[in-house]
Amino acid sequence: MTAHLPVLQVVIPLLAAPLCALVRRGRIAWGIALATSWTTFWIAIQLLARVRSEGPISYALGGWPAPVGIEYRIDLVSAFVLVIVTGIGAVVTPYALKSVEREIEAAKIPLFYAAFVLCLTGLLGITVTGDVFNVFVFLEISSLSAYALIGLGQDRRALTAAFQYLIMGSIGATFIVIGIGMMYVMTGSLNMADLSVLLAELGPNRTIVVAFGFLTVGISLKLALFPLHLWLPNAYTYAPSTVTAFIAATATKVAVYMLLRFFFTIFGVVFSFDVMQLDRVLLPLALIAIVTMSLVAIFQTNVKRMLAYSSVAQIGYMILGISLASVTGLTGGILHLFNHALIKGSLFMAMGCVMYRVGSVEIDAMRGLGKKMPWTMAAFVAGGLSLIGVPLTVGFISKWYLILGALERGWWPVAALILTASLMAVVYIWRVVEVAYFQEGPGEDSSIVEAPLALLIPTWVLVLANFYFGIDATFTTGVAGAAARSLMGLVP
Amino acid sequence: MNVMGLVNYWAFIFLMMVGFYILISQGNLVKKIVGLNVFQTSVFILYISMGKIRGGTAPILTEGDPIYSNPLPHVLILTAIVVGVATTALGLSLVVRIHEAYGTVEEDDIQDLDLAVAGGEDQSFPVSGMDARA
Repeated sequence: MTAHLPVLQVVIPLLAAPLCALVRRGRIAWGIALATSWTTFWIAIQLLARVRSEGPISYALGGWPAPVGIEYRIDLVSAFVLVIVTGIGAVVTPYALKSVEREIEAAKIPLFYAAFVLCLTGLLGITVTGDVFNVFVFLEISSLSAYALIGLGQDRRALTAAFQYLIMGSIGATFIVIGIGMMYVMTGSLNMADLSVLLAELGPNRTIVVAFGFLTVGISLKLALFPLHLWLPNAYTYAPSTVTAFIAATATKVAVYMLLRFFFTIFGVVFSFDVMQLDRVLLPLALIAIVTMSLVAIFQTNVKRMLAYSSVAQIGYMILGISLASVTGLTGGILHLFNHALIKGSLFMAMGCVMYRVGSVEIDAMRGLGKKMPWTMAAFVAGGLSLIGVPLTVGFISKWYLILGALERGWWPVAALILTASLMAVVYIWRVVEVAYFQEGPGEDSSIVEAPLALLIPTWVLVLANFYFGIDATFTTGVAGAAARSLMGLVP
Repeated sequence: MNVMGLVNYWAFIFLMMVGFYILISQGNLVKKIVGLNVFQTSVFILYISMGKIRGGTAPILTEGDPIYSNPLPHVLILTAIVVGVATTALGLSLVVRIHEAYGTVEEDDIQDLDLAVAGGEDQSFPVSGMDARA
């Protein structure tokens, strides 16, 4: 049983998805989704524990050994990402019940959960697999279900947002397939570990360089790296609240994981950073993303859209950590992967609570909400503090490592920019705080009361996680540090 | 390696660029899906060409030791074709929904309609926004 955990991680949600679609009853479908997400979370924790004690796990699918068969390979990085994705899934699914009943018509709810579980399947599949073509297949599973989920938003603009994401996402995925094809032409292998050996023997070669370019652009589209982020703000703004919370906290993180896998494991640090000088491309883009997207976020009137732009900026932080190409920088990047999932998860879930009671997330609609929905707005403020990077929150930990990484390389301006962008986060979070706490609401509307506990408890679980991992960061920094060392090719 | 020997790869690049250009230049959502299809199909040609060996047969056990084409890229691309079909189906169904909601599938018109609604909200006429939505 335990030997098969790597494959069960994917197979369980894959089987649960059609079940959700078949039952035709919203609550039963939700029950299946809940059981699935908690099971996968449990498996992920087991896997992480095993990887920490025994080292990487290799699982040969159907008993066919690699490189001929498909290998599922779980090392520290993938186990850590698995915990993030399934953990967010396990918190978001209980939250979904009420929020989805309010925002999506009853007949579509079972299908919603089917797509939701399918999206989880895809994301987990990308993370566990050790086969590059398998990555593409799972990427499409998660993307296609994400397009459908986003298209379920109440506003008709959700449809155009989903369509735009579909076009850009498919271009990205196709670029990735082209890159994979070119690697296959040169090496005859699709197994990641095998590829990394064969590519190192091959040395720099024009086809491989082109493959590298296609993969860079394709993955950057998927992770919404500035300037390829155009699909993201609309998609996050108009998607149902549950979907925004889930996708914002997981989908781009898994894309960042893909970036790590391809550039560190397959191409190797030497090829990616010394030969191709990837950092020269990624670093400026990351810095531009951090500054301009924080600036754009300040001027948004829709809070979900504001948080979406902030997400693009936060992805900039992760890419910044990666482009430092040092153990400290990479640790910061991987830490921010985990921490940003907690931060944005809790912020978007708080906005989901507002959506549930008020029916709008425009900033004007939040006047006086500090008194009417104290717990919801407190959750937002706490998440906001973490986004800014106040000490005792997770945001502080990851920014600390990123700044350390920048200073290690002697890049003072980069460290200064990180701090400046944090101040910009103060501005856009403060705008909401001011409206919610210091402006009077539009008269007595007794229908607006505190959000139900079914929404508040999951939101606060994430908020408290923000503080827990901000105060006791030994687990996260330990795992992220070891993961970074193994990616850099050092002994963990 | 002469130019004609690489004709499949030239076709791949040509189709890829055509598809990509349609995606960028066309404002009609259905035409965008067509462009996406051409774009994805070009990759199928890339994969199929790389596995083919001139004079090679299908990889079936026969007498002797025949030259056979590499079946793996062909199998891979079967998967990619399925993915392409799914993408097209989802894209077209979104277009249908967009047509129901907006009454048009032209990107410019959709943008105008969205801006008109947003403008209505700015002048604090949320009612007109609700009407347009219904």
